[in-house]
Amino acid sequence: MGSLLQFLHDHLEMAYIVVLSVFLGVEVISRVPSVLHTPLMSGANAIHGVVIIGAIIVMGQASPDNYFALIIGFLAVIVGTLNVVGGFVVTDRMLDMFRTRKKKTDLQENRNG
Amino acid sequence: MGLAVLSLCYLIGSVTFIVGLKMLSHPRTARRGNLVAAAGMGIAIVGTIFLYQTEDGTRLHNYGWIFSGLIIGGIIGTVLARKVKMTAMPEMVSLFNGMGGLCAALISVNEFEHLTHADPLLFVAAALFSGQNLLLHVFIILAGLVIGSISFSGSMIALGKLAGKIGVWRFQGQQVLNISVLVITLLLAVGLLTQDAFFNGWVFGLIMLLALVYGILFVMPIGGADMPVVISVLNSCTGIAAACGGFLYDNQVMLTGGILVGSAGAILTVLMCKAMNRSLKNVLLGSFGGVKSGQAAQAQQSYKEITVSDAAVVLAYAKKVMIVPGYGLAVAQAQHTCHELEKLLEERGVEVKYAIHPVAGRMPGHMNVLLAEADVPYEKLLEMEQANSEFETTDAVLVLGANDVVNPAAKEDPGSPIYGMPVLEVEKAGTIIVNKRSMKPGYAGIENMLFYRPKTAMLFGDAKQTLQQLIQAIKEL
Repeated sequence: MGSLLQFLHDHLEMAYIVVLSVFLGVEVISRVPSVLHTPLMSGANAIHGVVIIGAIIVMGQASPDNYFALIIGFLAVIVGTLNVVGGFVVTDRMLDMFRTRKKKTDLQENRNG
Repeated sequence: MGLAVLSLCYLIGSVTFIVGLKMLSHPRTARRGNLVAAAGMGIAIVGTIFLYQTEDGTRLHNYGWIFSGLIIGGIIGTVLARKVKMTAMPEMVSLFNGMGGLCAALISVNEFEHLTHADPLLFVAAALFSGQNLLLHVFIILAGLVIGSISFSGSMIALGKLAGKIGVWRFQGQQVLNISVLVITLLLAVGLLTQDAFFNGWVFGLIMLLALVYGILFVMPIGGADMPVVISVLNSCTGIAAACGGFLYDNQVMLTGGILVGSAGAILTVLMCKAMNRSLKNVLLGSFGGVKSGQAAQAQQSYKEITVSDAAVVLAYAKKVMIVPGYGLAVAQAQHTCHELEKLLEERGVEVKYAIHPVAGRMPGHMNVLLAEADVPYEKLLEMEQANSEFETTDAVLVLGANDVVNPAAKEDPGSPIYGMPVLEVEKAGTIIVNKRSMKPGYAGIENMLFYRPKTAMLFGDAKQTLQQLIQAIKEL
């Protein structure tokens, strides 16, 4: 318990970030139309790919003759990149369809107006 | 100087994640929001590669490895994301999510290895951390390992299920087994933390293995319409695993990104459960399909079948037709054929609209994506409330592989497991044609009394083939 409190004290800023981020996340998402649930899930999916930064750090710190660390780190960088790049690209593809549909509607509205 | 710039990069990254997520939750700004978040991610990654340094000032090395990893992952990710069919979107989301979880778990493996190979072991470790902080350091490593591994194996099973390769697997005492595995995993983790076997690699490996097994066991009994909820839960888990990395490296952008996604995923999960009128507990314990409702027993009633040519006549001579697309349409990838039928009917002067249930398709909102892919005009898609007010003036409804979302039991049978779930009130229309492959109940595993109503006619067959036959038959009229 004591160590936990000490840890909290040492990382007070981190704790604040965590608490505020939780509220922010809830606040940002809470009124989404269900139409967007799939792209939103996919977009959020890409954002947690930020874990790639950890993979890069771990890879960049491994000593060049430690093959275990290098291989594990290399794998981590690959799958992390997959998460980030794939996630953003696939979300963009999905949302692109919403856009083309929107454009048509806008055009029609313009014509009607 | 470099570090200050890096801090700025991370700040920018965090802000873009928040702004991007906010924009993603509005249809008009969603696409830009995605790009904003992607740009922020790029800044954070590039900043890390070139500006990161440890407290004693050493920069990162192994650039060859880093860049080849980035390039390989980037190429595979782009190709997969570009090639995937819109109907397979849930699989893709699940795959990418699993990759994120795996990444978090691998980081933990490497960090643990780093600790145990510090030589001489405890001396260096103790120099790096005061004893208590070392404990917490290992705690975070373990948290990242366990959550990341569960997320990875769970996502892979989800992927297999969505692709139809893995079925639902239930047996007696499953919950007991699942909970036991989880408890043993956690006990081992606590043991690793508190005992002298602190740096035992075997225990660490065993924990990872058990976490992977738990992920599999956790997703195995869940099926069908509940899968999107599970994906959302796993998504949230990976977010938390990423946040563990944030603690590990005192890295704010990982922390904010991870926690944002973790909490957003949790809310999304709740929203989805609400749309289906299901509690999260029921989804996760997989009790939905297992319970037989009272209706199933008395379901031995007769239903009416309709031939393709009769159905064609009904649709072609109607004034107003409402199409209710569902999972069956998504699986058969019949969205283009469906659009063709709609155009054909319109040419004949029939007013055609689509009634979209919020959880139609394979994921909430998925149906809108699919129909948009097939170029169905936006104004033809009616949301549930609007559709429900129009069914009374509709001559014919064509239900394409939707089941639970049109089940009147949700309104009429308080004993039904889906009682209270908002549904499309198709029974108000003149004629209801239901296309299904068989009389098998839908994902909720409950009989749909709609199929036995006098106004309902069943049109059996694969959605795509049936639609093609319908189009042919209407052309010949």
